[in-house]
Amino acid sequence: MKKASVLMIIGSLMVLSLFVFPMWNIMLGAPQYPEPLGINIYINGLQGQSEFDIQNIDGLNHYIGMKTLPKPEDMWEFTVFPIVALSMGLMGILVGILAFMDKLKPQWFLYWFVLMSILGVLGVYDFSQWLYDYGTDLDPNAIMKLQNPDGTPMKYNPPLFGHKKLLNFDAYSYPHIGGVLLWIGMMLTLASYFVGRQSCNYK
Amino acid sequence: MNKLKIKIAIFTAAGLLLAGCGGEINKGKKSNGALSANVAEKVYIAPGEQDDYYAFLSGGYSGNLTVYGLPSGRMFKEIPVFSQFPTSGYGYSEETQPMLNTSFGFIPWDDLHHPDISQTKGELDGRWIFVNGNNTPRIARVSLSTFETEEIIEIPNSAGNHSSSFITENTEYVVAGTRFAVPVPQRDIPISDYKGNFKGALTFISVEPEHGHLDIKFQLIMPGFNYDLSRPGRNKSHGWFFFSTYNTEEANTLLEVNASQNDKDFIAAVNWKKIEEYVNNGGGEMVTASYAHNVYDESTHTATSTLKKEVLTVDPTMVPGAIYLLPTPKSPHGCDVDPSGQYIIGSGKLSADITVHSFDKMIAAIEAEKFAGEAYGIPILAFEDVMEGTVKSGGLGPLHTEFDNNGNAYTTFFISSEVVKWKLGTWEVVDRQPTFYSVGHLMIPGGNSRKPYGKYLVAMNKITKDRYLPTGPEMEHSAQIYDISGEKMELLYDFPTHGEPHYAAGCSADLLRDNSKKIYRLDANKHPYAVTNPADARVERDGNVVHIYMATIRSHFTPDNIEGVKVGDKVYFHVTNHEQDFDVPHGISMIGAQTSELLIMPGQTKSFLWEPKRVGVWPFYCTDFCSALHQEMQGYVRVSPASSDIELSWTVGGDLGE
Repeated sequence: MKKASVLMIIGSLMVLSLFVFPMWNIMLGAPQYPEPLGINIYINGLQGQSEFDIQNIDGLNHYIGMKTLPKPEDMWEFTVFPIVALSMGLMGILVGILAFMDKLKPQWFLYWFVLMSILGVLGVYDFSQWLYDYGTDLDPNAIMKLQNPDGTPMKYNPPLFGHKKLLNFDAYSYPHIGGVLLWIGMMLTLASYFVGRQSCNYK
Repeated sequence: MNKLKIKIAIFTAAGLLLAGCGGEINKGKKSNGALSANVAEKVYIAPGEQDDYYAFLSGGYSGNLTVYGLPSGRMFKEIPVFSQFPTSGYGYSEETQPMLNTSFGFIPWDDLHHPDISQTKGELDGRWIFVNGNNTPRIARVSLSTFETEEIIEIPNSAGNHSSSFITENTEYVVAGTRFAVPVPQRDIPISDYKGNFKGALTFISVEPEHGHLDIKFQLIMPGFNYDLSRPGRNKSHGWFFFSTYNTEEANTLLEVNASQNDKDFIAAVNWKKIEEYVNNGGGEMVTASYAHNVYDESTHTATSTLKKEVLTVDPTMVPGAIYLLPTPKSPHGCDVDPSGQYIIGSGKLSADITVHSFDKMIAAIEAEKFAGEAYGIPILAFEDVMEGTVKSGGLGPLHTEFDNNGNAYTTFFISSEVVKWKLGTWEVVDRQPTFYSVGHLMIPGGNSRKPYGKYLVAMNKITKDRYLPTGPEMEHSAQIYDISGEKMELLYDFPTHGEPHYAAGCSADLLRDNSKKIYRLDANKHPYAVTNPADARVERDGNVVHIYMATIRSHFTPDNIEGVKVGDKVYFHVTNHEQDFDVPHGISMIGAQTSELLIMPGQTKSFLWEPKRVGVWPFYCTDFCSALHQEMQGYVRVSPASSDIELSWTVGGDLGE
């Protein structure tokens, strides 16, 4: 049970890495951008891969009528997500410590994991909604109004995961260190449940 | 049967021999130097790939410095230094006009000669490159992070600033020697009073280590010889500087004859550390002078010019033991110091041979006080006491020598039009290759330092003739790249150069590539007329002076409609480029503006003056194809009669104020 509790604590600590590393990364490369522009998505806001990337992406996007990329104050997510992540992380650590002291059973690890998974899925859903809105809610007076071959207006939402061609740009969207650590952390908490249950069975 | 076999073998051998000869002959005839497929590969830089070396070629009478890549010979940039440059607005813009100010007033041109890259401990450090203006004596410092001219200092008491702008091995000083002897101070005397009255100033300009700022530390007022070229001592000879001289006859007319009479002229060896100590202890005489010091500030994007009023001069006879004259045959041009600092090579340009002096021998002769005479109180050492060797070159007209990292020296021969490779120490000629035609100087990257990169040699030729497709009587000069990594030099490639390169400096691409700036930070822009927020764009009137505070970003000007300007106004456009993206400049020009365009880099502010002379609505536009909507990047200024009472107003897209 001690081993499982330690896993739970480590896994929960890894959730807190979201406050240090970006969760997600979107890179935009084009012939005239041999060094691609990039957005790092942190839990509390967006930052350019290079210092002026956000400004430069906004500059390009104005041609197709996209809104400027949100500042932290423009989206409630950048306020709420940090609170949720911090709470869940601390709660996980607390659960781990209590279990270490044999005050809680390993089932609590699973409860935490399920709650975190639900919140995570909601977060990703919200993120994909924002991406879609960002790429499709275009200024009707945009400089360039492009259409698909079927006549529908072209959408510019970057992919949730993987590659997508957006006009002259190749967009790549993948988890960044924070997202990977979050995933590993959650797997550790799930593992801690099984490890903990096994050690309980031995007893 | 056996006999037949032998016969066949003989025929085959003879055939091979013939083929070999034929090949050789054709090769020689065809291209004077031969370009075979594998040679082509050596200079071929595939699309998207980059060169291994930077080369900075002086532009001579273009007044500017050009940046090339080696081995491709591709030109990357022309850096304006001493000449107005309408391409960027250098010397035209309000900010950069002060860069070309002198004690004679604004001078739009000079003759740029000798680039030298800054060094630390005798090795290239890639911070700055120094160049000299020959005609109205000046030294400039060019940043190697922005590749722009940051500072120009005028040299008083000098004329024909030719034995310049070479640096000491820790960039303590950049040195400027005069080619013409002139009256010091300048005064109204008969030209024939040259002897004894005309002087040759050797100027030591200190380089402030952090920002590179230039300040004349002292001027050594030497006898009235002509000081042709110079080189720093390095390693063991660090602390000394060597200057070649001609016209030690002190002729003032028909120099081609009268300055060629002495069998030997001198290389002047100057112990600058000794003189530095002398002036640090209060030595020297502060004299009245007038010279401009122009400094460009990267944060204000603006140059200021200050006229300085005095300079510290040093009489060489007052510092015994600091200066010696080394007799050197036949009007030496090049005066080159090998990477070890031991050999000082004098290229007597009217002779066949190259003279090599030894630093150790010089010191020994000085210590033994073996002097062969004196000139104006400066001791002359005996030729035999300082000379270490002579290179019996077989060529004619040696000019200039550089070095590789394997103990070889390479000397250009103007008259016999060739580069000769010879060995330091044995003085044997190893190889010789023709140049096309009449080579002046040569450059090996790092060749004037402790650590040359002995891979390529660039020969800068004075005569082009038939090397390229003809372009009328006037054509660009031609440079040639040789591969010097082997025992024999191999001619790889010809490329045309801009102006007249008198010398060049080169370094490894790695030294500069990562330090090259991509943008100027808008949030660091301290230009007094900058607008860092488009909402602050405005137009202000002060009497008949109108200031337009304008912002640009793809693809519009803010403001782009301006009314209330009147005939007779002086209208200043102050344009700030709000881009913070690499290689997105904007340009601007106004119809009828009697100046150049401005090319404004991201984060930068530049200004030009427009004096509207006619009533009407006059357009301006972006001159750089900045974006897909570049062609839409334009605006209008309404010009009303001088008597009009139309208020100033300015808008973009219907917004903004009045």
